[in-house]
Amino acid sequence: MTVQKLIDLIEAKDMTPEADKGTEVSCGYTCDLLSWVMAHGAAGMAWVTVQTHMNVIAVASLMEMAAVIIPEGIEMEAPSLEKAKEEGISVLQTPLTAYEICARLAKAGLPGKSREA
Amino acid sequence: MANLLEKSFPVEAGAYTTAGEASTTIKRTLKQLGINAEVLRHVSVACYEVELNLVIHSLGGTLTLLVDPEKVTLISKDVGPGIPDIDKAMTEGFSTASAEARTLGFGAGMGLPNMKRNATEFDIQSEVGVGTTITMSFALT
Repeated sequence: MTVQKLIDLIEAKDMTPEADKGTEVSCGYTCDLLSWVMAHGAAGMAWVTVQTHMNVIAVASLMEMAAVIIPEGIEMEAPSLEKAKEEGISVLQTPLTAYEICARLAKAGLPGKSREA
Repeated sequence: MANLLEKSFPVEAGAYTTAGEASTTIKRTLKQLGINAEVLRHVSVACYEVELNLVIHSLGGTLTLLVDPEKVTLISKDVGPGIPDIDKAMTEGFSTASAEARTLGFGAGMGLPNMKRNATEFDIQSEVGVGTTITMSFALT
C-alpha cells in the first residue's frame, strides 16, 4: 500500500504535500510513548499517535517510517510540520480515532509490525 | 586503528525542541559514508536514545561520533548529576524522567536497555556529582 492509498483509506488531509506519496507502507502501529516506539518501530511503518511535537518527526525519520497519522482532527504544531517537510516524512491528519484508523488499515490487509522486527 | 572521522556535538540540558538534531546529523553523515542500512538503524536508535538522555537527565554534555574501518563508536559524556544505581537504571521500565518529559511521551524506562540492545558493545560509567559516560560501539563487519 502506498501513502497515497493510505490517505484515501483513512480520509486524511495531507499535511506535507512535499513528501513523496508513492512511498510504500510496510505495516501499521499505534503508540504515544516515544521511547517505546524507538524500541519497536520499523522502516516503512505508518504510525498513529496523538503526540504532535518535534520529537515525533525525529523518531519517524530515524526509524525511516513512511507516515505519521494524527487522529481525531488534532493539529500538528507548525515547527513539527516544517521538520517533517525537511525530512520527507508524510504527516496525515484524519478525523477518525486511532481505533478506527487501525481497523481500516487491518481490513485493507496492512499487517501489524512483525514480532521479530 | 586510525579514525576516519571524529565529530562532536554539544547537547543542552532540557532542550526538548532541538532533541534529535545531533542524531539526525550523525545518521546523515554515516549514510554519506555508505554504512550499511542495518548498522545505520542500530546506531540511529541508540544515538537518539542517548541524546534524549542527555536532554532529559543530564546537566548538559557532549555526544562524540568516531568512525574507523571496523566500527562506529558513540561516546556520550555529561557533567552530572550522575546515576546513583546503574543496575536499577538499566532495568527496563525504571525511569526518573520528569513530568514534563513524560508528557512528551518519554520516560518509559526503555532508553538504556534499548541502547544496550542495539550496540555491539555497551559500557556505562557514572559517578554522582561528577557525571556519566556511555560508550557504545557498532561493528561494521
